[in-house]
Amino acid sequence: MNIYVLMKRTFDTEEKIIIRDGEVDKEGAEFIINPYDEYAIEEAIVLREAHGGEVTVITVGDEDAQKELRTALAMGADKAVLINLEELEGPDHFTISEAISSWLADKDVDIILGGNVAVDDGAGQVASRVAEKLGINQVTTITELTIEDETVKIERDVEGDIEKIETTLPLLVTCQQGLNEPRYPSLPGIMKAKKKPLANVGVNELEMNEKELTAKTKTIDRFLPPPKAKGKILEGDIDQQVNELVHLLKNEAKVI
Amino acid sequence: MSGTLHASKRGGGFLLENVRPEQVFTPEDFTEEHKMIAKTTEDFVVGEVVPQIEKIENQEFDVSRHLLFQAGELGLLGTDVPEKYSGLGLDKISSTLITEKFSRAGAFSLSHGAHVGIGSLPIVFFGNEMQKKKYLPALAIGEKIAAYALTEPSSGSDALGAKTTAVLNEEGTHYILNGEKQWITNSAFADVFIVYAKIDGEHFSAFIVERECEGVTTGAEELKMGIKGSSTRTLLLDQAKVPKENLLGEAGRGHIIAFNILNIGRYKLGAGCVGASKRALELAAAYATERKQFRTEIGQFPAIQEKLGTMTAVIFALESSVYRTGGLFEEKLGILTEREQEDGSKVAAAIAEYAVECSLNKVAGSEILDFVADEAVQIFGGYGYMSEYEIETIYRDSRINRIFEGTNEINRLLIPDTIMKKAMKNELPFLEKAKALQQELLNMMPEEREEKTLAQENALLQNAKKVFLFIAGNSVQKYGSSLEKEQELLMKLANIVNDVYMMESALIRTEKAVAKNGETKEQIKLLCTRVYCQEAMNRTEAAAKESLVHMEEGDTLRTMLGMLRKLTRHTPTDVIQLKRQIASRVLHRKGYPI
Repeated sequence: MNIYVLMKRTFDTEEKIIIRDGEVDKEGAEFIINPYDEYAIEEAIVLREAHGGEVTVITVGDEDAQKELRTALAMGADKAVLINLEELEGPDHFTISEAISSWLADKDVDIILGGNVAVDDGAGQVASRVAEKLGINQVTTITELTIEDETVKIERDVEGDIEKIETTLPLLVTCQQGLNEPRYPSLPGIMKAKKKPLANVGVNELEMNEKELTAKTKTIDRFLPPPKAKGKILEGDIDQQVNELVHLLKNEAKVI
Repeated sequence: MSGTLHASKRGGGFLLENVRPEQVFTPEDFTEEHKMIAKTTEDFVVGEVVPQIEKIENQEFDVSRHLLFQAGELGLLGTDVPEKYSGLGLDKISSTLITEKFSRAGAFSLSHGAHVGIGSLPIVFFGNEMQKKKYLPALAIGEKIAAYALTEPSSGSDALGAKTTAVLNEEGTHYILNGEKQWITNSAFADVFIVYAKIDGEHFSAFIVERECEGVTTGAEELKMGIKGSSTRTLLLDQAKVPKENLLGEAGRGHIIAFNILNIGRYKLGAGCVGASKRALELAAAYATERKQFRTEIGQFPAIQEKLGTMTAVIFALESSVYRTGGLFEEKLGILTEREQEDGSKVAAAIAEYAVECSLNKVAGSEILDFVADEAVQIFGGYGYMSEYEIETIYRDSRINRIFEGTNEINRLLIPDTIMKKAMKNELPFLEKAKALQQELLNMMPEEREEKTLAQENALLQNAKKVFLFIAGNSVQKYGSSLEKEQELLMKLANIVNDVYMMESALIRTEKAVAKNGETKEQIKLLCTRVYCQEAMNRTEAAAKESLVHMEEGDTLRTMLGMLRKLTRHTPTDVIQLKRQIASRVLHRKGYPI
């Protein structure tokens, strides 16, 4: 089975975000594999263990993302691909998905797994766009996956309810919490990862036209939410408090 | 082979020679694999062990045993076991990182440490082919757990005074062991014990004793001040029948095994203290940013900042010293050929070379952790005294470190003793250097300081080395062979040696980092180094003064104190200001900022 995983390197969830000149300050920050993508990697390895084949992890990013790719290899993936779009100006979810699709175009794909969303920008666009572009089936936010020959049985999370779906390969799924417990990279895995293939792919190695290379969106500004203001405790009897509240809602918050 | 070592690379050589930065391993030299191994360990401990800590503390040993097995599946028990015996045969830096990261597991880190360290290493280093084949594969994956049985009720520091005996039976097939071993970590569930006993009551030797052997039992669990989640029992040997093949190493050479395994144990204890100290700092820093008194986060009070600043600076120095020592081991063991590694005596010699450094890391690590844990409790105030707070456990667990693996007093005595012995064997140029210093002191003029970064700290380090030579040289001259009776002087010398090693480790690490990344990015390391060096010099000066006052009197004393003043003259750094700056980083990161 030819298994592909779409992975993103994200800020550690415990990292404090600092914005400097409209950019997120990455200096000294810790990075991790997007937690939802960890479910995808784990599921990919489980599928390979059951059905044989090969797991290839793909990411779009700069050289630093090699670290997360090595971690995926240490968990048990077989190959890694780093698509480097540094030459492009402000690639967005569209350009990233075009680049991935373009790299996958000539591959014999059975299944592609991605995370439900990335914890940094929460867009959840790239995987779905890739499925559309490749013209294959897609099921998002899955919590269970069983493959028997060409038939795929899936449970997906629908706002807390479960939906059962049957579909066929080739297929793209995005993984939701509850699908599995990602394994820790073992020490033998870490030592083996060093020797596994990690390919660097530049924009010029992808067959992409001008339209596919041009981002559809532009980030105008980034800013942090305003700090939470101090709460106010109203005083006096109930009538006074109600009057004060209405007054504040009208004149200060201006919501009524 | 050891004859070709340059003095700066000899154990203890740092006192007499300057090392080049590229000779020193620092945490900035970690490879990607090192970092991944550290992360796996940390994730395993936080994800699997920490949620079970209550059960572990309640001595539900099946939980500990299962966690050890899980750790084995990840390879966390096999780093020091060669690949040939189903281990990973990784470098010493990897196993040091694992030890550091395991400390977060509290008492469980002792179960892990005793198994992979003092429990398994005697077989790794000194076992014969048959013993290695038989035991190591199961130990490397946690299928079997090991323990180490040296201490007896009446022999602690005086390990060779053991009363346990071993007598070969008439058939010549088994040794019959009789005796009592005390305070054995992992004893509730260990399968294999490394036991020391005297053959025919005379020849101190090591044995591999299986729990299943006839005549082997364990006593009741001890009630302890801390590390409650680790199993500590007596091992009772009553006509215990141990196959003859289980004699480890040569008969009568058990002390070689015991002392070298202790060396490694001491080094690893230092590494564990790095991790536990960082955790205590992290808890204290997080609390200091949450807790408000007088409508102010207590971390904003300079009195608290001073504590955080000192804690961070000493942890930095300790971390630098531990990984530097790991690098020395790695280099020394790494150059052994496979055949030499099979030969216990070669390995023992490589480890013994750095006995001084092992003791230093043990003493410094355990005392820094005690200090940091104590200050962290203080920052927590009354809450720090409450058992539901993790810092309370860290405080209690910390205390044993100054006692086991050789008390800090024994280790302190060993430090000057080992250095002097090396000097006598001409392995270290101690006497020449001491003589040259005497001459220098007569003519010494204060030098002009360069304006370079860390110039003052480098000068302090050089002078601290001279203070050591000055005091040690005079002690030897004054007391000769009866110096060993002047234990107070030896302890003070050990303290000076300790501060020299830590100053130098911190300094070189920072210089390497600054050379690579520039001063702006390495501010915190610069701050910690400056604080540590200043305070180390203050301690060194005080220890030297007290020593001189004890040794001499009258005009001689006055002359000597004058010489000491020459050696320690400097304009002190304002450490209060530096500690405020360190604290602001610690509070921002809510923990160790490096």
